[in-house]
Amino acid sequence: MAFSAPIEDDGVNTSPHVSDEVKTTTCYMCACRCGIKVHLQNGKVRYIEGNRDHPVNKGILCGKGAAGIMQHYSPARLRKPLKRVGERGAGEYQEIEWDEALSIAIGWLANIRATDPKKLAFFTGRDQSQSLTGWWAKQFGTPNYAAHGGFCSVNMATAGIYSIGGSFWEFGEPDWEHTKYFMMFGVAEDHDSNPIKIGLGKLKGRGAKFVSVNPAQTGYSAIADEWIGIRPGTDGLFVLAIIHELLKSGSVDLEYLIRYTNAPWLVIDAPGTADDGMIARDPDGNPLCWDQKTKTPINALMAEVAPALRGNFDINGKRAVPAFQLMAERYLDAAYAPHAVADRCGLPAATIKRIAAELAHVAFAQQIELPIAWTDWAGRKHDKMIGRPVAMHAMRGISAHTNGFHTCRSIHLLQMLLGSIDVPGGFRYKPPYPRPIPPGPKPAGKNGAQPNQPLGGMPLGFVTAPEDLLLDAQGQPIRIDKAYSWDHPIASHGLMHMVISNAVNADPYPIDTLFMYMANMAWNSSMNTAQTIDMLTAKNADGSYKIPHIIYSDAYFSETVAYADLIFPDTTYLERWDCISLLDRPISDADAAGDAIRQPVMAPDRDVRAFQTVLLDLGARLKLPGMVDEDGAPKYPGGYPDYIVNHERAPGIGPLAGWRGDGTQQGHGAPNAAQLDNYIENGCFWRGEIPHDARYYKMANASYLAWSKQMGFIPKAEQIVLQIYSEPLQRFRNAARGHGAVQPPDKDRARIDKYFDPLPIWYAPFEEAAIDPKQYPLHALTQRPMHHYHSWGSQNAWLRQITAQNRLFMHRETAAAQNITDDDWVWITSHVGRVKAQVKLVNGVNKDTVWTWNAIGKRKGSWALKPDAPESTRAFLLNHVISDRLPNSLQSNSDPVTGQAAWFDVRVKVERAADHEQNDAGHTFGALNPPPGIVTGPDVLQYDAGHREAAE
Amino acid sequence: MNPALSVIFFTTASGAGYGMLVTLGLAALLGQLPQHLWFSLVTMVVALGLITAGLLSSTFHLGHPERAWRAFSQWRSSWLSREGIMAVATYMPALGFGLAWAFPNLITVPQGIVGVGAALFALGTIYTTAMIYRSLKPIHQWHNKHVVGCYLVLGVMTGAVFVLALSSLFGQRIVYLTPICGLLLAAGLSVKWLYWAFIDSTTASSTPASAVGLSGPNVKVTSVEWPHTEANYVMKEMGFQVARKHATRLRQIAIWAGFLLPAIALETSILLPADLGTWLTIPAALVMAIGIVAERWLFFAQAKHTVTLYYGAGTA
Amino acid sequence: MTSLPAKTDKKLGLVIDLDTCVGCQACVTNCKEWNTSGHMAPLTDLMAYGAEADGVWFNRVHTYEVAGHEACGASSSRTMHFPRSCLHCEKPDCVTVCPTGASYKRASDGIVLVNEDLCIGCKLCSWACPYGAREFDVFEGVMKKCTLCVDRIYNENLAEEDRVPACVLTCPTSARHFGDLGDPNSDVSKLVKARGGADLMPELGYQPTNKYLPPRARKDTAAAMPAPELKPIATDGLLGWVDRLLSR
Repeated sequence: MAFSAPIEDDGVNTSPHVSDEVKTTTCYMCACRCGIKVHLQNGKVRYIEGNRDHPVNKGILCGKGAAGIMQHYSPARLRKPLKRVGERGAGEYQEIEWDEALSIAIGWLANIRATDPKKLAFFTGRDQSQSLTGWWAKQFGTPNYAAHGGFCSVNMATAGIYSIGGSFWEFGEPDWEHTKYFMMFGVAEDHDSNPIKIGLGKLKGRGAKFVSVNPAQTGYSAIADEWIGIRPGTDGLFVLAIIHELLKSGSVDLEYLIRYTNAPWLVIDAPGTADDGMIARDPDGNPLCWDQKTKTPINALMAEVAPALRGNFDINGKRAVPAFQLMAERYLDAAYAPHAVADRCGLPAATIKRIAAELAHVAFAQQIELPIAWTDWAGRKHDKMIGRPVAMHAMRGISAHTNGFHTCRSIHLLQMLLGSIDVPGGFRYKPPYPRPIPPGPKPAGKNGAQPNQPLGGMPLGFVTAPEDLLLDAQGQPIRIDKAYSWDHPIASHGLMHMVISNAVNADPYPIDTLFMYMANMAWNSSMNTAQTIDMLTAKNADGSYKIPHIIYSDAYFSETVAYADLIFPDTTYLERWDCISLLDRPISDADAAGDAIRQPVMAPDRDVRAFQTVLLDLGARLKLPGMVDEDGAPKYPGGYPDYIVNHERAPGIGPLAGWRGDGTQQGHGAPNAAQLDNYIENGCFWRGEIPHDARYYKMANASYLAWSKQMGFIPKAEQIVLQIYSEPLQRFRNAARGHGAVQPPDKDRARIDKYFDPLPIWYAPFEEAAIDPKQYPLHALTQRPMHHYHSWGSQNAWLRQITAQNRLFMHRETAAAQNITDDDWVWITSHVGRVKAQVKLVNGVNKDTVWTWNAIGKRKGSWALKPDAPESTRAFLLNHVISDRLPNSLQSNSDPVTGQAAWFDVRVKVERAADHEQNDAGHTFGALNPPPGIVTGPDVLQYDAGHREAAE
Repeated sequence: MNPALSVIFFTTASGAGYGMLVTLGLAALLGQLPQHLWFSLVTMVVALGLITAGLLSSTFHLGHPERAWRAFSQWRSSWLSREGIMAVATYMPALGFGLAWAFPNLITVPQGIVGVGAALFALGTIYTTAMIYRSLKPIHQWHNKHVVGCYLVLGVMTGAVFVLALSSLFGQRIVYLTPICGLLLAAGLSVKWLYWAFIDSTTASSTPASAVGLSGPNVKVTSVEWPHTEANYVMKEMGFQVARKHATRLRQIAIWAGFLLPAIALETSILLPADLGTWLTIPAALVMAIGIVAERWLFFAQAKHTVTLYYGAGTA
Repeated sequence: MTSLPAKTDKKLGLVIDLDTCVGCQACVTNCKEWNTSGHMAPLTDLMAYGAEADGVWFNRVHTYEVAGHEACGASSSRTMHFPRSCLHCEKPDCVTVCPTGASYKRASDGIVLVNEDLCIGCKLCSWACPYGAREFDVFEGVMKKCTLCVDRIYNENLAEEDRVPACVLTCPTSARHFGDLGDPNSDVSKLVKARGGADLMPELGYQPTNKYLPPRARKDTAAAMPAPELKPIATDGLLGWVDRLLSR
């Protein structure tokens, strides 16, 4: 109920004109994809607010979204295609027309495609169009494609997909309405952040307990009811100790485990044989369990079986043990007792015990029931839904470690033991998840890359056996980043962070063209930035660059622009069409599928083109299948919006699920020419509700599985059995032990054997084991600030006024022991280098950890900032001291299972800088020259979309 | 608080100018004012010049000096408005007195009466100026009973010494003014000393905890991050900090240059032969001016605003 | 007129929940974008692309560590994010010190505003504000501050549900609330009563209208959240307890 305007007589206009027009679209200040309403006045952006109707943000908007005006009008916007004319990094560019730019690119790409398609490495960064770019790479025929997941959070995604057929990140959410206990691991501001903020607000209002496990106490952790300042990289150990406590006290949901997980499946125990550790199966391939009633092995997938969870059984002469028993034996061992792990975690044993007790208490003694009748996969009817109201979420803090995959698996195991996955009050899947474990397809490229041929399938996928690896006849990696090789077998998102160094080292082979989109590899998206820049400029003896051609597309003059040979300028997010698709990054929530679009709110005022349209244009010119019709004419002459509406990835399945066919079909249906108009009318999003009885127990809910199949998310409406025991890992382990046709090289056997454990393990992060902890006693982390998104934010005239310099946060006591006082400048040194920073002493941080905000530091001259900007004089990038290799080794600093870049494993020492060094960050990188037409922003900025004009 | 030169100049110069009017008016009332055309003209020009320069300096540093006339309207609530009115109003008796003193044959109004009027208005203007600072609750170093006394005494003191110096310059030395200046310098040093003792030993009752609304005997609040990493208007205007060593040095300068050396010079001038003693008054006045500028700079620089409690100050 | 109204019909203001603010800066930037084209347009930014960037903002969010408060629970301190903006005080000295009448408090709803056309830029009001709520626009030469979105809360060009200050509407965690603190039955008044909403620097006597809800006690001890200690289950051999006839 609003107030009505009083009579005040002070001349204040209480009902001023707000805007001439309001357009909806999707924000792109980060990857959360909130719905926004953009107010326009006099052709300028007057105001951006959240769209109240939008399922993601429901009307709110974060600090970044509300600064979109300054992102859109940034002086750093690229203005025209550019060709490099000097040396890489010299900043000498020539503006060229689009035709010339495209021709140059076609010249390179056509040549590659006709000779050796894998010489094209096509890697995209923080974009949200992987279903298009991955498909384009497939049609081109190069397996060398990935987005940035490999250095972002592939551990998170993969561990989830291989354990529960879904994952944290934005693909699942806590049951905000019903949960009574929410535990968050390693989460700072991150993808899907606004729903988390909204949810936390609700939890605080309801009095549910919110526990934040994070070495730093800012942001979400500030409002947590309990902050657990854990030592980085030990969350897995903490979780396994909780599991120990639960098992020891019998506080596990056995019924849930039997019904919904592979806990009862029998695992063959036959050391030395090829079957060892594999699931015992019947002749049809069904997993077996031991039926206690009939005392025989029986198909574990049948209903009404009463399986044993422990015991030794004989299956055709082989000993077999239920997976549950293997799991329980392991974690009941005293090695996982709270007092045994407390020191390494930096937590009191009593805290670990208490948390375990609280989880058990809430899950079991405070179970909830929703009066919703539902039918399970076996056709059995239930009159209510029982809920164990404990929910969890985890993100990069646990993912960006060399032990991140197993740590994330541990958390999922914990949830399975508590019976809290997709139950009321627990973790909930968002469509298109859950999916079979693992989902198809396998990554394509096995037969190498054939000239002028598309790949047999999409370049990224999910492997389940050594046979799926992308290895050539000599057992060498097919991909430039060595994903899906014995170096990084289950590298579901590729390893973008290894592309440049592998290409320069010609290991496994050199490439011709590196084609990147929205990935600031020459700065904050690389480890050891100086070395990366050296590699981009590395030359052969004949003076040619080791990476012959670099094509880069971005909207802004970032540090990477100076190292590209050909630059395609992209639009800002208010000038483009986009689709936020169920085929890659949808906006579903636990109760509905959802996808969205962006529509152009303004026309560009410079010669730029949306990258996806350019990509389709390149594809048409290259005559890639699917991008030209039978006559060789472009199939999507209208560019990206044409593709969004008319492309069918499978019959009836296109990028957008809403308003298909005659406009009434959803999920699948023929292309509908009016589809984008329908989306715009609806606020630029579509939401397809899950039937009311299908919203929980999705993995076992008949109604859900039928709906999911009908929507095209899963091939069959069959139960998705959650995996406490991950058989695919055991296959790789067995290969290491000498079984099967495809085996690792001898030098890798021990590593594969150790880390491809089908049950979660914990091990110290690799860097820790490789350095002298006395020399590098501290962990160093970064967190993303709430108001910046990697390097995009600190060029923003408003956002950089909040943070233009990042401090190194250090515990007071740790600092005092080294005579470091507040505001001192210190050297942060790792095994790979050092960087200078200014400290801020705090209490709220793990004592053995220092941390800073990420991506604030910028290179002088970049982003249209003035050369004296604090971002290039006093801010710093922790990246400079993080290596892509382990100390004294060629081995990649990555998780051994997925290849995830282990950003947060870095170990450092921190020392006070000398008195004469107590001034600034001592940047040594030379200044970058801007492209033509880009000048630094004005000294006086007075943004007003028309208030003054209207008043006059 | 940011020790802006324009404001320091304004309070010291106009303070001295008003102090001169007080000295002259009271001298006239007591019949001790020398009649000398050049002495009177130059002295009035200096007095009114100091006042006017000070006022202009503060006016031209306004965001909108062309609207300064609006500042006369809110005298019911605003000390700044009252000061504006007093400052302008003081010109009338001051000019009247100046004319009556310089041209006694032309203007037959009794000097003493107009002089006292000018003196009272001058004191009133100094008073309203001091009250602007004294009334500001967020600044503990100004919001106390010492400030008005300091402004009044220092204003009259600096004005008296200037009048003494000018009278010496024109050979019209007002002899008895010398011991009075000595007393005023002693009084000035005393009120300043008490002021400094007060601000050195007390802090604002507001704390970082009360600033964020938290109460409790053990509550301690420390700043982790500012809302902006670079200084903004508020911190530039109100976050100024002077190092203890620097402040101590400036106080020494203020004490010696502003009070002790002038006092010694003036008292010595009595003992010396007349001419030499006369000439000592001029450097005494100049040295005092330097010292009082230092004192005034510190008055601003050592003033702490409660907003600094939000930005990491432990006390204000 | 810078004399204060004897009383105001309403006391419109904000209630800010320090137990729910995650320091996301949404209120800060949303306020900036709304107001730079709004009632006090523009909110000038100086050197926005260089060193010493210095712009006019009405809302600032700090980060503190608090010790010695029940909010800390078992930790030695607790991080607290803190938004700071004009409190629309009942006895604001920023109004009475103004020499021109540019700074005033509305008698109807208690909102404290600056009339830009009368402001001479003497900055005294910003000195008088203990909370640093006023920021001087150097380029325009006038003082600017939070308007409590007086151009939104009654705006008939906005849907009724949007007639709320921009900072309140945008707050993702719902840590900001708007209403009539002078009405004891309003939602905000009830919230203040239930949570012990406090004044900032009450000792100065400005009687702020905005209230801050203190962070609640943490629940990080056994006493705070009673959960029975987990006791080892009696077993006959390892895992004896799982021998139950549970069916799939």
